[in-house]
Amino acid sequence: MRARSLILLLAIILAIGVSGFLLVRYKVLQKNINLGLDLQGGVHVVLEAVDTPDAPVKPDSIDRVKAVIENRVNQTGVKEPLIQKQGTRRLIVELAGVEDAEKAIDMIGRTAQLRFVTTDGRVVVRGQDLKNAQATTNPTTNEPEVDIEFNAEGAKKFAAITTELVRKYPSPNDPNRVIAIYLDEDLLQAPYVKDPITTGRGQITGGYKDLEDANRIAILLRSGALPVKLEKVAVQSVGPTLGADSLNKSQKAGLIGIIAIIIFMIAYYRLPGLMANVAITAYMMIVLGILAAVNATLTLPGIAGFLLSIGMAVDANIIIFERLKEEIREGNSLRRSLEAGFSRAFWTIFDANLTTLIAAAVLYYFGTGPIRGFALTLSIGILTSMFTAITFSRWLLRLVIDSGVKNTKLYGA
Amino acid sequence: MNIIGRRKLWFAISLMVIIPGLISMAFRWATAGSPFNLSIDFTGGNLFNVTFNSDVTVAQMRGALKEINLEKSGIQLSGNRSAIIRTPVLGDEKQAQVLAALNKVAAIDKSKLRIDKVGPVIGKELTRNAILALLIASVLMVIYITIRFEFKFGIAAIVALLHDVFVVLGIFSIFWWEVDSAFVAAILTIIGYSINDTIVIFDRIRENLKRRKKGRDLETLVNDSVLQTMTRSINTVLTVIFVLLALLIFGGSTIRLFALALLIGVTSGAYSSIFNASPIWVELKNLSRRRARA
Repeated sequence: MRARSLILLLAIILAIGVSGFLLVRYKVLQKNINLGLDLQGGVHVVLEAVDTPDAPVKPDSIDRVKAVIENRVNQTGVKEPLIQKQGTRRLIVELAGVEDAEKAIDMIGRTAQLRFVTTDGRVVVRGQDLKNAQATTNPTTNEPEVDIEFNAEGAKKFAAITTELVRKYPSPNDPNRVIAIYLDEDLLQAPYVKDPITTGRGQITGGYKDLEDANRIAILLRSGALPVKLEKVAVQSVGPTLGADSLNKSQKAGLIGIIAIIIFMIAYYRLPGLMANVAITAYMMIVLGILAAVNATLTLPGIAGFLLSIGMAVDANIIIFERLKEEIREGNSLRRSLEAGFSRAFWTIFDANLTTLIAAAVLYYFGTGPIRGFALTLSIGILTSMFTAITFSRWLLRLVIDSGVKNTKLYGA
Repeated sequence: MNIIGRRKLWFAISLMVIIPGLISMAFRWATAGSPFNLSIDFTGGNLFNVTFNSDVTVAQMRGALKEINLEKSGIQLSGNRSAIIRTPVLGDEKQAQVLAALNKVAAIDKSKLRIDKVGPVIGKELTRNAILALLIASVLMVIYITIRFEFKFGIAAIVALLHDVFVVLGIFSIFWWEVDSAFVAAILTIIGYSINDTIVIFDRIRENLKRRKKGRDLETLVNDSVLQTMTRSINTVLTVIFVLLALLIFGGSTIRLFALALLIGVTSGAYSSIFNASPIWVELKNLSRRRARA
């Protein structure tokens, strides 16, 4: 019995130690837990569709916006973008790890309205008339160009205006033959009309540096086909170095805090304290494992929530050990003190943690972004700590007692 | 140690911390238009966290911003080479102008640049949500404590947690430290922690009440309960303080105020659990007993 308990106890401690070491050594958790943009840099944009006289917001507007933005983000090759509807008018776009924040925000935000305008200021075609725009290389001239395609109505309008311009201004170089293409207030391009375009399909040629440049215009034209005006109601951009800096600093702070707790627990509670440290190491691995499993995103407040939950996990152990000491002082046997200590402490821990859980749940419900991350890690932490303190610490201490450690001084009493 | 007997002293100490805070809140409200130094999360606006490649001064930056009519922006150095600049909500173009203007003062390190922009709508929503969250969390906790304990415990616990909330709010108002969305999270966590701490003591009172011998004085019983849980109360707050101190000192500027709010709140929470919550419960009990006798 004694030997078996001792061997089991040492095996558990060894197993936890080795797995902890391996997790840290091979950065398993770092590779499997998503980092929020405050920890790795990136951009976070909240877009809101706003009504305009031309284009009021319709029920499916935000879905279309989402599709267009997804399409656009995917074309840039950003990994794991978060594009999420919030209510009926808002879209949250989060791109972690992008290098050029300005460019990314610009790209997300340019969902503006597209207009084809003649030199006398008439708006002849709008975004919703445009069906598609693609950049290609012209097979004969080898020059980059943008092929545009209109829908039925757009084709009709475009046929009418191009026919009119060519008839009115016979010279191909007449500046009045120009149709300027505006995205919001930005002039994208001002091509000459060579011939009347009656089929609904045309090419914009010349004026592109290379295919990439043509592609950029094509993307913007396609986005301009989006008939909703969007406003950026919140924007956050974090430089990559700043994010990495925050991550390093909070990791360092966390490590120092944890080491302080470990030393304190052994100094004050002796053998049970040591066992609590083993349980807390297991606790940390479980919480981080759950975070990786539910695909949670770790933010800076999330790390704080995690560290705070370690404090709560330690608290559960402290409540139990204080009970244990009281029971020992009352002259009960070690084994009986342990069982009584745990069963008496259970409801205390339950009631105390449940109220904190209520606060965390409310926070999760009302919070957004990083605050949610904080509430999530805190909640997972509280639930896990109740589990590890009540089951795991107890099991470890039983094994210690069964191993034949009888000196009550070692139990802090 | 007689904690319950000296309750007037503990209440006085609490008031000595809370009242200056309340005065500051009222004063700031009258003079600055808000009891707290609200961040753009609430007010809406732009915040630039800029790191330069060489040393800069506030005057240089203000001069540069003057050219684009933003000389009234809040400019604050954080180290010789980095600064935090707060402006009203800016459009993309104006935002680019700010960066260009600052870049003329000294080259900006783009990899360390942080820009936050919050529209006024979002700010209003956050304020509303924060107040709602605080109210709902408090009501839910009172309900829970009433079910598990009794209503008077719930009231005493809520008074203790309001104490902690006002201590933190007051100190943040006095020192004019910035209050942002993370601060709201800190306040809610403090509430949870304060209740947690209080409940452990109440739980002991409840247990001792069940085993109460006839004629044993209520005040003595409560005092014993507080003392029996004292080691736990202190040790627990110590472990949390270790972590928070580490975050405060080593965690970097982004998380400093968050850790500070928690540190103040948790310390106050430990105090109020020991020195306020149970004495208040005793007062409430005495009050109803006197009323029953009358």
